[in-house]
Amino acid sequence: MRDESELIKRATKAIHKKAPFGKDVHLEDFDAATVVHSYLADADLCELPETEQERLLLAGVDPAQEKRGGTYFQKDTAVVHCSMKEEGIEVIPIRQALEHHEWVRDYYWKLVSVDADKYTAAAKLNLHDGYVIRARPGVKSIYPVQACLFIEKEGLQQNVHNIVIAEEDSELHIITGCTTAAHVKTGLHVGVSEFFIKKNAKVSFTMIHNWADDMLVRPRSVAVVEEGGLYLNNYVSMKPVRSMQMYPTTHLLGPNATARYYSIVVSSPGSEHDVGGRVHLSAEGTRAEIVSRVISNGGDIISRGHMIGEVPGVKGHLECRGLLLNGGLIKAIPELEGRVDGVEMSHEAAVGKIAQEEISYLMSRGLNEDEATSTIVRGFLSVDIEGLPDELKGEIDRAIEASDRDVM
Amino acid sequence: MLLVEDLAVEVGDRLILKHIDLEIKPGETHILFGPNGSGKTSLLMAIMGYPNYRITAGRIIFRSVDITHLPIDERAKMGIGMSYQRPPTIHGLKTRQLVQICAKGGDDIEEMAARLNVDKFLDRDVNAGLSGGEIKRSELLQLMAQNPDLLLFDEPESGVDLENIALVGEAIATLLEKEKMPRNTRPMAEAKRDRTKMGLIITHTGFILDYVPADKGYVLYDGVLSCSGNPSEILNWISDCGYEECARCAMKAN
Repeated sequence: MRDESELIKRATKAIHKKAPFGKDVHLEDFDAATVVHSYLADADLCELPETEQERLLLAGVDPAQEKRGGTYFQKDTAVVHCSMKEEGIEVIPIRQALEHHEWVRDYYWKLVSVDADKYTAAAKLNLHDGYVIRARPGVKSIYPVQACLFIEKEGLQQNVHNIVIAEEDSELHIITGCTTAAHVKTGLHVGVSEFFIKKNAKVSFTMIHNWADDMLVRPRSVAVVEEGGLYLNNYVSMKPVRSMQMYPTTHLLGPNATARYYSIVVSSPGSEHDVGGRVHLSAEGTRAEIVSRVISNGGDIISRGHMIGEVPGVKGHLECRGLLLNGGLIKAIPELEGRVDGVEMSHEAAVGKIAQEEISYLMSRGLNEDEATSTIVRGFLSVDIEGLPDELKGEIDRAIEASDRDVM
Repeated sequence: MLLVEDLAVEVGDRLILKHIDLEIKPGETHILFGPNGSGKTSLLMAIMGYPNYRITAGRIIFRSVDITHLPIDERAKMGIGMSYQRPPTIHGLKTRQLVQICAKGGDDIEEMAARLNVDKFLDRDVNAGLSGGEIKRSELLQLMAQNPDLLLFDEPESGVDLENIALVGEAIATLLEKEKMPRNTRPMAEAKRDRTKMGLIITHTGFILDYVPADKGYVLYDGVLSCSGNPSEILNWISDCGYEECARCAMKAN
């Protein structure tokens, strides 16, 4: 319990601390009070209003829970559904976990600093809920666990804390869909996530954002990967959002650990995205790849990437490609930091428009100009993500496909 | 029928082609020779409708329709197709998807791809990391799926290795309905009469003439069609005297 009072002390000191990136959000503009929602049984999920189900599907969350290893569903501040469908995969609301499972304390706030900024502090001092997902040693999940963070109340500040643990030799796939009810215009989502990928474990984490026009979003995420582990982090955001800022960080601590980040972002007029990934390559044989495809359709995008090579022989590659389709701004900021001899890191960044030559080429195969352009844009956004189950690839493709018309 | 009348084409503010007259009747294949930079590719691009190849005089008639100012896709829909020498790479679009676009869902892509020996890169991004010869075969696959009536080939045999040259030659012959018929199927003269496909082929080596009987040849020299005649004969002149000989004719023509 000394830990707990220490955390509270540090968080309290940081309640006004601004984050280094992203515009400063006035927390007092939002209402963080508890919202009561009744619990939904499996069958109830399929009885949700059609518009709500549609929003969920767009964010990769299947109310029917077909081909899902478990479901966590948080509406505003309340957990409205939590179930596990696969042996050896645990899904527990974090407040319940903190109360009943002492082991969770070994992970809670161990990676993300509670006093990193005012958002982490808020997630400590007024925690609504969040999920703890754990794969037992050697358990290889077949289907992804789906988690949905849903905002229904206008003007809400939603504080979430998630912990993901993949024990030795396990395999865990998670899809997190973040979305709002169709009527919601504004709100603030704060999400702290801590990932523990143990020896030879494999985790894929796919996050699909489908927010509302005036939403502010501040995820704070850190992962550690032990020997031989693999962490795949995929991010898809195709819909407008007022301001989104995150800089998820991974520490590759064990030999031959690997991290791969893939981001697909489309920014519409009035939207601001400040997104990136940072990987510390801290053990021999570690590998990292950060790939992003961003399109500004009139919005502002800052695409960051940072690799830190700390031991000889590590390898990393950063790739950022941006397309400007309709004004807006794209700023690619790749950083490579070699701290010893013998690291191998590279980056490529390109920001531009669609080549007329490519459009003409496809037109000569019978597509009209609009069809040719959208074919090229869709191709631009499709990245081959190695090691991702087909089910999740399908979800990413669906998210891209669904917003294809908006992009054009 | 394709009819090109007194065509002038500019790229940027440079006059690339002038006074081009050309007539390709249904069933005919014509060959375009000429030194590098003489404007051969520009002529094909102008017929295909590339907007940066600006037509400043003359007109292009295809199947009795004036297409001089039609956009590329409408020309494609009317039945004009092109095999490019250096087509762009399109990231994220698989060759298979592009061939499906060309075929409009109709043909058996696997079978056609196997025939052209391109099946192994169907699932690669369009033209990504392909060698010159592989690009040519991929282009042919697209044309085969598209099945146009007027086919424009920009050096279809360049970069193709010896192993695949026959394959490429025969594929082009098939596309132009000039493949060798097995005997006793039908009278050859009748087959020739029924041919409707038209071709315009740029070649430097003339290898293609071994597979595709051509009806007429031209030399394009410095933006002008300086001579026309039997394609094999023209090829022999060029082999013997080089394009020097054309310079003499061009001087006369100008």
